[in-house]
Amino acid sequence: MKRLLRLASLSALVALALLGGCDEPEFSDAEKNTIASLALNTLPALKADTTNQYADVPAAAALGSTLFFDVGMSRGGTVSCSTCHKIDRQFQDDLPRAVGVGHTNRRTMPLAGVARDPWFFWDGRRDSLWAQALTPLENPLEQAGNRAAFAHYIKERFGERYERIFGPLPDLSTVPANASPLGTEAEKAAWNAMPARQAEDVNRVFANIGKAIAAFERSIEPGQTRFDRFAIDLATGTKPQGDAAFSPEEILGLKLFIGKANCVTCHNGPRFTDNSFHNTGVPPVKDLPPDRGRVDAVAQVQADPFNCFGKFRDGDESACRELRFMVKDGQQLVRAYKTPSLRGAATRAPYMHAGQFSTLDEVVAHYSKAAPSVEGVSEIHPLELSDRERAALVAFLKTLSE
Amino acid sequence: MLRAARDVISRRGAGLASIWRYILAGLGLAALLVGILTVVYLTAPHSAPGPDTSRSKKTASGLFVASFEPERGVIRQGELQSWLLTLKTSAGAPVEGAAITVSGGMPQHNHGLPTSPQATDYMGAGRYRIDGVKFTMSGWWQLRFAISAAAGSDSVVFNILL
Ligand SMILES: [Cu+2]
Repeated sequence: MKRLLRLASLSALVALALLGGCDEPEFSDAEKNTIASLALNTLPALKADTTNQYADVPAAAALGSTLFFDVGMSRGGTVSCSTCHKIDRQFQDDLPRAVGVGHTNRRTMPLAGVARDPWFFWDGRRDSLWAQALTPLENPLEQAGNRAAFAHYIKERFGERYERIFGPLPDLSTVPANASPLGTEAEKAAWNAMPARQAEDVNRVFANIGKAIAAFERSIEPGQTRFDRFAIDLATGTKPQGDAAFSPEEILGLKLFIGKANCVTCHNGPRFTDNSFHNTGVPPVKDLPPDRGRVDAVAQVQADPFNCFGKFRDGDESACRELRFMVKDGQQLVRAYKTPSLRGAATRAPYMHAGQFSTLDEVVAHYSKAAPSVEGVSEIHPLELSDRERAALVAFLKTLSE
Repeated sequence: MLRAARDVISRRGAGLASIWRYILAGLGLAALLVGILTVVYLTAPHSAPGPDTSRSKKTASGLFVASFEPERGVIRQGELQSWLLTLKTSAGAPVEGAAITVSGGMPQHNHGLPTSPQATDYMGAGRYRIDGVKFTMSGWWQLRFAISAAAGSDSVVFNILL
């Protein structure tokens, strides 16, 4: 008789325990799927870049690496790609805004996984890695050079290496020492005086410089982090050991990241980016010229002679679908900037497209508060996160840097 | 639980005095059932009454029947993909020579489409290739088609849940 009583009360207890969630697993199946989709082991192999036939040619990557670190690739011989993209600092410079020959208005972007981007720069004003590499070379605030001078420099310093990869250099004997359609008034005049054939020859050498640098940059890929080790263990049902185990605060941060805080909406996939552009109400920097983000970049990428539709693209036009189906107008482009990858972010302050925030706490506070944009419409909504929740998000973000 | 049930059955007819025990056992079993049901409910994917996600429907004014399917059968988040929009009259005849424009976005996210898809090819039998479709995040997407053909102009909205 007593047995029956015991059984009944046991049943009631089990029911209560189930109701109370004593046996609740740490993550739901939906959360587990999302976490698995963020792990580095889901990153597919790097696709071929048919617009750059030298993209996977080792000699091109080797020349590109030489050029990347060569301060000779600038007016005055003081600035290289690596001045801002520092090899021991995730290929960025820890500054709010990049400093080359002059002071720029934008934060240097890190390069891990850059070859996987469909668009380049914070506003996407270039559509290939090789077209991107050409832009700082002629920007008066960055390397401040001009394409005629670069062609002469390549012939003089790297002529043999260049010709082994790209074939014979053109005759540059009558090409002015300094000329570019984007340079000083004198350089523009010199460029406009050049015969079309000669201008195209110089443009081709210039494009090949970009293709070599891009070939080198393709080798820069993100590395495994504590988060990835945790995620792989979670996916395989193994109990995370050692540094792969997350603290309760890191688990809360991860749950918020993929849940209530909506971070994963844009920071998705193994690179933590949707490769798209969003207005998130990030405030402008006082005293900088107006910066309208993606809305101004659309015209720039269309006008770029080195874009995918241009004559310097290798392969066929089927590679140009991003440019072909690009959004060209609309309110959503105003002050829209690229979603940056969050891998390694915790160890590369300051943040945002012009270094507006100096800590991750400030970044998370911005997204929690969601102040309206000074221009255009912010896509984010206030989250009302508690101090504890904001700290947990930062703790989780740090696992992407360890 | 099985054992409890067996006990209940084997002790049938044990007398009026034990009726309270049956009631207690019954209560326990009921509580267990409620617990199990609660867990099932809490862990089941919540299918809140979402938007109509049918891939085939009448256009707004009933001029055409439109179907919209990914050309390769699967949706891959973050990739540029082509879809097929098939247009038929209500009598089932293929609609040819239609002019189609595409718009859309995420109604809950304050943003439009990340690309501008276009009708790029007519594939015959009322089928149009809509290329440049890209879904960059999960959630509720809408694609709106404005369709102009000999029979007149109409529009249709497809909801896609990712
Ligand atoms: Cu969205």
